[in-house]
Amino acid sequence: MKTAYTNARIIDPAADYDAHGTLVVSGNLIEGYGSDIDTSGVSETIDCGGKILCPGFIDMRAHAVDAESALAGGITTIILQPDQTTTIETDAVVERIRHRSVDSQIVSVYPMGTATQGMKGQQIAEIGQMQQSGAVGFTDCNHAVTDAQVMRRLLEYANHFDALIVQYAENAELGADAVAHEGEIATRLGLASVPSAAEAMQIDRDARLAELTGARLHFALISSKDGVDAVRAAKARGAKVTCSTAPHYLHLNDNAVEGYRTFAKVRPPLRSEEDRLALIGAVADGTIDTLVSDHSPKSADVKRLPFAQASSGIVGFETLLALSLAPVHAGKISLMTMLKALTINPAQLLGLPTGTLAAGSFADLVVFDPNKPWRIDADALISSAKNTPFDTLPVQGRVWRTVADGISVYEGA
Amino acid sequence: MNTYSTDQSSYPRADVDPPSGKLFPHKHLLGIWGLDPTAIKHLLDVADGYVDLNRQAVKSAPTCAGLTQINLFFENSTRTLMSFEIAGKRLGLDTISMATGNSSIKKGETMLDTAATLNAMHPDVLVMRHGDSGAVKLLAEKMDCAVINAGDGRSEHPTQALLDALTIRRRKGSIHGQTIVISGDVAHSRVARSNIYLLNAMGARVRLVAPPTLLPADVDRLGVDVFHHMEEGLKGADVVMMLRLQNERMNGAFLPSEREYFHFWGLTREKLKSAKEDVLVMHPGPMNRGVEIASDVADDLDRSAIEEQVEMGVAVRMACIDILTKPLRSGATA
Repeated sequence: MKTAYTNARIIDPAADYDAHGTLVVSGNLIEGYGSDIDTSGVSETIDCGGKILCPGFIDMRAHAVDAESALAGGITTIILQPDQTTTIETDAVVERIRHRSVDSQIVSVYPMGTATQGMKGQQIAEIGQMQQSGAVGFTDCNHAVTDAQVMRRLLEYANHFDALIVQYAENAELGADAVAHEGEIATRLGLASVPSAAEAMQIDRDARLAELTGARLHFALISSKDGVDAVRAAKARGAKVTCSTAPHYLHLNDNAVEGYRTFAKVRPPLRSEEDRLALIGAVADGTIDTLVSDHSPKSADVKRLPFAQASSGIVGFETLLALSLAPVHAGKISLMTMLKALTINPAQLLGLPTGTLAAGSFADLVVFDPNKPWRIDADALISSAKNTPFDTLPVQGRVWRTVADGISVYEGA
Repeated sequence: MNTYSTDQSSYPRADVDPPSGKLFPHKHLLGIWGLDPTAIKHLLDVADGYVDLNRQAVKSAPTCAGLTQINLFFENSTRTLMSFEIAGKRLGLDTISMATGNSSIKKGETMLDTAATLNAMHPDVLVMRHGDSGAVKLLAEKMDCAVINAGDGRSEHPTQALLDALTIRRRKGSIHGQTIVISGDVAHSRVARSNIYLLNAMGARVRLVAPPTLLPADVDRLGVDVFHHMEEGLKGADVVMMLRLQNERMNGAFLPSEREYFHFWGLTREKLKSAKEDVLVMHPGPMNRGVEIASDVADDLDRSAIEEQVEMGVAVRMACIDILTKPLRSGATA
């Protein structure tokens, strides 16, 4: 069965392609795209009405699968973090998650395994076996591997398997107990805080270790100007480092936690306005490689607590596109750069077969109207939890269709 | 004798009537942040009246008879709890105090469930202290009655700031224009934060003197001058407010030792020579004699206002309860 997506603005970030045309899907594979593509034998034609058609988004950092929510956000590939009820630290768990993902035929789930056993930062995890079973990266989630010797050996060992290590960029001692960015707001609210130097320090040290070992290293969730500068310097030296950030760091600064709003409590913390602007600049110039949602559904029970006790995290799947588009609409980031950070860049980092519209690749697609105005409504989110600080925020850009493996799995208004 | 200045020109901003016509247009007292000089002045004026009452033999003024006050303390406290209890009783409220040891918080009940439970008992005033910044504000959102913050984490301790302000006003005539030094562990102090907001709002010049490890980041943005040398900071000061140095700060690599702290930042007669001759010495208590303050300074009857602060504490808390329950009482008579 063949389906043609006509009248679309086709953007293939992998090929730097951006033109009006038609894309043909045959079964679960992309047959081809272009302005004069042969549509003979097509049984179904979908008029995209001039909307953008691009590869389904790859979310490199999610703490829950929440499939329906992901598809509504145009995300067809989820990289599940190891901090699950059963920690992902053995090949058996990895295999189970991969099987369940293949069986479900909706959203592709690839797990990341722990980098060290029990995320304790002492003993290297079974990276080789987990990778054989389908793990695409290794991270201790919200814990940095603190011991330099362990980190060095971890990188050396992972390099043998060409496995990607993802480090949480925060010096653990400086960040101990911290719940906010060190600055005026935290001082006034009386919250324990962490300076952005803690991020830069961790990046500096680990970038050196990446150089020493020749290994690939990815920093999760860069939140500060210092962090961006550290990554930029490391890249200039030729270290094989990459990094990501989440749209909430591009959208909010530490003013958002005023009044002890725990829905804006995230790790690393929201930082100053200067940091926010530096992050937007870093996405624009490619210093930040990927955009992630850091999707963490948290019930009101663990959010409606005094700030220091409340859980960190934001539900991010459904707002990922609209929030990422905001700096695009503002003219700060090009649409192509932003879409690369959501598709081909994570695909290449993780060695995934998706994130491209090349003929013969899997038909994971998203069609979205970049200009459609709407208002984020926490209660209307499909996600299992509603913890978003963006409730009632007017945004632009919404998913119209999500196609996974050739099947239309989400149809929005 | 009423010693505070009645010269209204000292409070230029307070002369303007607030738009609502209410002198204290707030339901709760969660902090000083957000209060305007009118509201602060009103609280102090009412408290001033209670000072006189508290010095009489018959101290009760059962203005609030029949109302219920619950003191909910999640953190240990003797003097603040006692002060609130006495304040409530003198106003005629039925006062019940609850400390964490007796509460089902230990059985895993969340703070908001505790709030709902207490709320169902229809108290009229809830006084709360908690170890986490922002906890009292969170609880207040779930309560129908007036909530008074008796200290939350490192955030605020509004009644302490008010009683300090009342002490200064009565001793010095006004707060406006005074140079007031706050010295000690500012980083972990809710008292310091509330005092900075209040003194700034009332037109004082606030200085902080502390070692860099005990000052929070960007504290100069709160409208204070920061000093690290005691003698420099004390130069020309009208009032010195010392903060308690928590013993546990010695273990967290904030300071090398009590001995060294006292040498550089302990308040002694010698260091006080840099301040004005009639400098007023204050301390929220309990004091660590020989750590942040020398005994002879603390006990100096001419300069030390430490006992007076405790006295003002009761009056200020009576004023807070009085003002916050006023809408209830006028409703009852109407």
